[in-house]
Amino acid sequence: MLRLNCPWCGPRDETEFHYGGQAHVPYPGDPHALDDRQWAEYVFYRDNPKGPFAERWMHATGCRRWFNAVRDTATYQVLATYRLDEPRPDVLSEGGTR
Amino acid sequence: MSTTPLPEHPAHLWRNPEPRSSYDVVIVGGGGHGLATAYYLATVHGITNVAVLEKGWLAGGNMARNTTIIRSNYLWDESAGIYEHALKLWEGLPAELDYDFLFSQRGVLNLAHTLQDVREGVRRVGANKLNGVDAEWLGPEEVAEVCPILNVSRDTRYPVLGGTYQPRAGIAKHDHVAWALARRADELGVDIIQHCEVTGFVKDGGRVVGVETDRGRINAGRVGLAAAGHSSVLAEKAGFRLPVQSHPLQALVSELHEPVHPTVVMSNHVHVYVSQAHKGELVMGAGVDSYNGYGQRGAFHVIEQQMAAAVELFPVFARAHVLRTWGGIVDVTPDASPIISTTPVDGMYVNCGWGTGGFKATPAAGWTFAHTIATGSPHPLNAPFALDRFVTGALIDEHGAAAVAH
Repeated sequence: MLRLNCPWCGPRDETEFHYGGQAHVPYPGDPHALDDRQWAEYVFYRDNPKGPFAERWMHATGCRRWFNAVRDTATYQVLATYRLDEPRPDVLSEGGTR
Repeated sequence: MSTTPLPEHPAHLWRNPEPRSSYDVVIVGGGGHGLATAYYLATVHGITNVAVLEKGWLAGGNMARNTTIIRSNYLWDESAGIYEHALKLWEGLPAELDYDFLFSQRGVLNLAHTLQDVREGVRRVGANKLNGVDAEWLGPEEVAEVCPILNVSRDTRYPVLGGTYQPRAGIAKHDHVAWALARRADELGVDIIQHCEVTGFVKDGGRVVGVETDRGRINAGRVGLAAAGHSSVLAEKAGFRLPVQSHPLQALVSELHEPVHPTVVMSNHVHVYVSQAHKGELVMGAGVDSYNGYGQRGAFHVIEQQMAAAVELFPVFARAHVLRTWGGIVDVTPDASPIISTTPVDGMYVNCGWGTGGFKATPAAGWTFAHTIATGSPHPLNAPFALDRFVTGALIDEHGAAAVAH
């Protein structure tokens, strides 16, 4: 069970949250300029690192707001949580991988 | 159900050779799919200068962590083609490999609990029949005849409204399947190299010419990736991306019981699937944990929910004890269908994206992947499962027939 620190409500168990996949994936700036391959990249391709990963979570049974987290996908250690309007914090996993 | 005792292991299974400096084909991943690929490279295509590299021990990843269910009742023509080919290969493999891995065609029920489940199931039975896949639609009473311990009462939160039934589906002993394939591949000259992790790829121009491992460089004419949950980690080392996300998928077994559960029961809606192993354990799985992960473990609340569903469907299980839980790492695609494909790197091929359902496809995954590696182009059965479907939009959406949410 993960324990996530909602930026508004504080630490809560994983069961209160809904997972939203990779964070910081902006909508294309000029959608009309994209070819099919670029659209495929935007719609279907996401990073899948073994290590720290910036991802979205929503506090579904609490404030129902989205936020971001950096979590290590190998150790499941939650390294940071932060608001959507904040940049990805510069955090390291135990062992020093980024 | 079968009460056959477990078969004795042959005295000799496979050698443990040192890696040679060069092979015609290097397969990355010594699970069922990698071993089946090596076996068919040797038997169908006459390519025996092959190494299978496994970072851990043979078949110790997802091959040892699945719930052993084999079926082919998928919705779309492309899926029916490849999974039914797998089922037909399964039916001949024990004799072909001369190894009784207890393939037991005890049937699979996929339950319906809502009107939409019923409509999806009836539609899929029709599609299956058109594709030559054995399938029947059963009402609640007929479901209870197939599996008498199922609670088909109307007085449950999600009553059983019926189910699809595939009589030829079943289970097999997964580790024995791997050992059977490994033994034959080894006899045909394939080097199975355990504890050999691929750390990078050697390229010449746009073409792969070898792999870097923690036991040195190994040159390769062609490289096939069959590393399931870690496929995108490898692809990144090779310089391309895959449209997959890795998730923990958990399973568990109970203590041993006398034969009580005669078939396989799956429920997408209440989210559990159950069979009884030959030895007597109840084997149960659910859906994937929601978050990305490589930790080979998941969260307890997923197990709690699957057990709640299991006890409502099977009141007789209420006093069974959980003996052991574990997790595997599955790579999930956007359309819940696999990828067996050429890649942006010449000479490199990928077999991945099987999500929660790779075990049942083992022989067909090996068959089509061997063809793709040997000829450089897909077999008709895996041509629709190429990477370019995410660009063309020709997706094969099997979220319904994949039978668990992912």
